[in-house]
Amino acid sequence: MGGKNQHRFNAYLSVKKFAQERIAPLVSKMDENSAMDEAVIKDLFDQGLMGIEIDPQYGGTGASFFSSILVIEELAKVDPSVAVLCDIQNTLINTLFVKLGTEAQKECYLPRLSTEMVGSFCLSEAESGSDAFSLKTRAEKHKDYYIINGSKMWISNAEYAGVFLVMANVDPSAGYRGITCFIVDRDTEGLHIGRKENKLGLRASSTCPLNFDNVKVPESNILGKAGQGYKYAIGMLNEGRIGIAAQMVGLAQGCFDQTIPYVQQRVQFGKRIFDFQGMQHQISHVATQLEAARLLTYNAARLKEAGKPFIKEACMAKYFAAEVATLTTSKCIEWMGGVGFTKDYPIEKFYRDCKIGTIYEGTTNIQLTTISKFIDQEYNG
Amino acid sequence: MSARVLVGVKRVIDYAVKIRVKPDNTGVVTDGVKHSMNPFCEIAVEEAVKLKEKKLIKEVVAVSCGPQQAQETIRTALAMGADRGIHVEVSGKDYDNLGPLQVSKILAALAKKEETSLIILGKQAIDDDCNQTGQMTAALLDWPQGTFASEVVLEGDKVKVIREIDGGLETVRLKMPAVITADLRLNTPRYATLPNIMKAKKKKIDVVKPGELGVDLTSHLEVLRVDEPPQRQAGMKVETVEELISRLKEAGRM
Repeated sequence: MGGKNQHRFNAYLSVKKFAQERIAPLVSKMDENSAMDEAVIKDLFDQGLMGIEIDPQYGGTGASFFSSILVIEELAKVDPSVAVLCDIQNTLINTLFVKLGTEAQKECYLPRLSTEMVGSFCLSEAESGSDAFSLKTRAEKHKDYYIINGSKMWISNAEYAGVFLVMANVDPSAGYRGITCFIVDRDTEGLHIGRKENKLGLRASSTCPLNFDNVKVPESNILGKAGQGYKYAIGMLNEGRIGIAAQMVGLAQGCFDQTIPYVQQRVQFGKRIFDFQGMQHQISHVATQLEAARLLTYNAARLKEAGKPFIKEACMAKYFAAEVATLTTSKCIEWMGGVGFTKDYPIEKFYRDCKIGTIYEGTTNIQLTTISKFIDQEYNG
Repeated sequence: MSARVLVGVKRVIDYAVKIRVKPDNTGVVTDGVKHSMNPFCEIAVEEAVKLKEKKLIKEVVAVSCGPQQAQETIRTALAMGADRGIHVEVSGKDYDNLGPLQVSKILAALAKKEETSLIILGKQAIDDDCNQTGQMTAALLDWPQGTFASEVVLEGDKVKVIREIDGGLETVRLKMPAVITADLRLNTPRYATLPNIMKAKKKKIDVVKPGELGVDLTSHLEVLRVDEPPQRQAGMKVETVEELISRLKEAGRM
């Protein structure tokens, strides 16, 4: 393996080392306290991992989408909560600004997003999850500004975000064609960040409800065009789900990596439990599924980078990777036996963390429905 | 000061890997084993890059001797902030026999060729633990040396080095050009950030053969055999202090 590929792999070795040395020692505490250590967030910025695809002219790293995927995978091996923070920033927030921002908006936000400011993507509401476009948050136009009222739910990164990309409807009579993307700064009057959810997993990633109480936002804060928000959301989520697939693959791999050494050491009935055929077959099955999930993810990433159609493959990757994460973590606890069930070992955390993979950024059912639409089209000639 | 610093970086088996001796006892297994930059070399690179960031020196050149894979190690140095690299191509039998004497001849030749003011090396490599290259290089060049450095301060055309010695710390002042070897507490090496890894792609690595430098790689040492350390024997438990003393006396240890 040489040249470009070698260099990519060297790059992620550096991220691996950083994650092992700087993040791993804090994982358990962050999970228990349901809080991300601020030092971790700062480190992510310092390492250039929060502006991976942003052009160096704006202070970003100037690397590729595939690099983002590899970084997310590496981070997830250590802590999926940290990985999702990095994923949302890179695949949703930064991409939206880069693709849709005016030069003024880019100059205002991209340098900060690269170096110190976290962003949040606000689409879901209490009454609209999968049915995202039935969102009710309203933006009323006045001369050269809008007044936003409503609330959002399940917003990741909200606790430490400096900027929020808010999907609100400027014209409910137009249905989803009224959805518009607004840039809302954290300190805008009327924006309230609610108490974070007490979650089963991904606990260090803050997930909060948001309230918009007559939030005034200038017209110049519309990202892209009014009424096109639904398109932007779908577009970004298509790419974002490759990032989630990478997170799930990393999660499964991290869990697996910590389980096998135990299985090699543990002796029962006079031999390593790894040496029992029953165990070997289960382990090989899981390892194969993991490899398949990884390849689906890399394939979707490569298709996207090559500018080829990739939505079906992205859905397949996210759906499959989330399933594999569930399988892997569940099996790993079994292979570890009693100790797998205790918090003294990191395995149970991976088991709790994986469940959200089948739910967020498009539930498994949504992925499957989308895949079938593509199959339907393909076979219609 | 428009000084150039040469930093030697060695590719060694990663410190976390469990070492295994080859079945024929000629060496250790290296095939398919994870390798990385020698930790003391990382400290050397970090010190050089810090000097450059303080604008006390102008250029950091990372050097590695070995086969093609040595370039990976140089790339890591570039990602940490070195400006360019020199890969001295040594492979096969020559590489197997490459030791401090050969490397110091190479470094001495390069130092002269590249008009170097300072050579910074790790104090030793974690594979052979020789702790000789820095000292030999200084001797070949007839330059002063500050080994086991825990602090380095440039003072005009001199460099103050605080050395870790058995009795504590010794401070020496060397007139440049000089050789310094880095000890553990000199600094904490930085992580190569992703932007710096990207920038490193564009930095140059020149490839050079030892012959071009007029260096003879002949080794005067022959490794006869490599064995694992003896297996640790089981101990024994004693009930009282008296029993402990009598056992120690029996074993001739008192």
